Amino acid sequence: MAFTLYSLIQAVILCVNAVAVLHEERFLSKIGWGVDQSIGGFGDEPGIKVQLMNLVRSVRTVMRGTTEKSIPFINIKHRSACI
Amino acid sequence: MDMDYTATQSVSRQHPETRSTSMDGTDPSQLFDDTSVAPGGQPTGFQGQGVGTMGHPGRTLLSDPMSNLAMAYGSSLASQGKDLVDKNLDRFLPISKLKYYFAVDTVYVGKKLGLLVFPYMHQNWEVSYQQDTPVAPRFDINAPDLYIPAMGFITYILVAGLALGTQNRFTPEILGMQASSALVWLIMEVLVVLLSLYLVTVNTDLTTIDLVAFSGYKYVGMIVGVVAGLLFGRTGYYLTLLWCCISIFVFMIRTLRLKLLSEAAAQGVLVHGARNQLRMYLTMSIAAAQPIFMYWLTYHLVR
Repeated sequence: MAFTLYSLIQAVILCVNAVAVLHEERFLSKIGWGVDQSIGGFGDEPGIKVQLMNLVRSVRTVMRGTTEKSIPFINIKHRSACI
Repeated sequence: MDMDYTATQSVSRQHPETRSTSMDGTDPSQLFDDTSVAPGGQPTGFQGQGVGTMGHPGRTLLSDPMSNLAMAYGSSLASQGKDLVDKNLDRFLPISKLKYYFAVDTVYVGKKLGLLVFPYMHQNWEVSYQQDTPVAPRFDINAPDLYIPAMGFITYILVAGLALGTQNRFTPEILGMQASSALVWLIMEVLVVLLSLYLVTVNTDLTTIDLVAFSGYKYVGMIVGVVAGLLFGRTGYYLTLLWCCISIFVFMIRTLRLKLLSEAAAQGVLVHGARNQLRMYLTMSIAAAQPIFMYWLTYHLVR
């Protein structure tokens, strides 16, 4: 499998975009990943789910701050003959 | 005007002495700037060989107060620019921290390579500290370094080119593709490990550069495998790769166990609890990812 750095950057941007697009009240609360459901555990036992929820929330906050909507359409290269 | 010139002449008497010792004495009879000096006269002026008329044009170029001023200004500009570049570069690439990882010597590299291929006899895997800072790799074989991964990466690309060349599949673009592929896999592996370390909330002092170093150690096994494949065919490749995979697995487990697991679990005592179990799984999966990558990145080179 031949990767280039450009495809890595593309993949990272698309993944971050996917995380940032998750809607808070329409989707995350429905599956129990809302931000109000993560303030449960105190002590030194955050657990993976809480960490994931915090991560999703911070990604959404950061991307909203940097106007994620303004990331233009990425010019996906038309791969014709090269790998 | 005469006074000005003799004043500069006496000033220039000290300057040439600091630059070159064999400069001629100034000629008091020359009352004008000799601007007919050729551009090639300047280097000879700097050397200041006492070769008759050649000394004079160079001397006047040096003794010219404007050129002195220009040179001083230029050198101060250059040092200011250098400071600016250093300060800004230090923000992105921590150069001083990187230097620690390259403080190696031949003995360390030899022992470390041996340890990567045969880690079964080594007893003490602790990294030694010196007043809270880790000791340089030169003095401690357990410390991670970046020299072996960097050299291993470059050697892997060259060996890949060699292997492809023996199969008549070589083009110069392939080298670039191999390099960027391997680099991308390395970056992805480091990112995934960082993410999983964050999710499992491990309190560890592993830095990102440490993870890059540990991920780069597998190139040594890959190179040995591919070279054996070139020399002995596919059976040689598979046998050597199997050996190197097991070795790197054991190496990673023994190194990461001390860094990721809690104190008690690192001693080998079986500590129950979900958290320690999670950490153990994390260590094992990081170690198990190495042989997978080693096979993935080399199987297409040996046919």
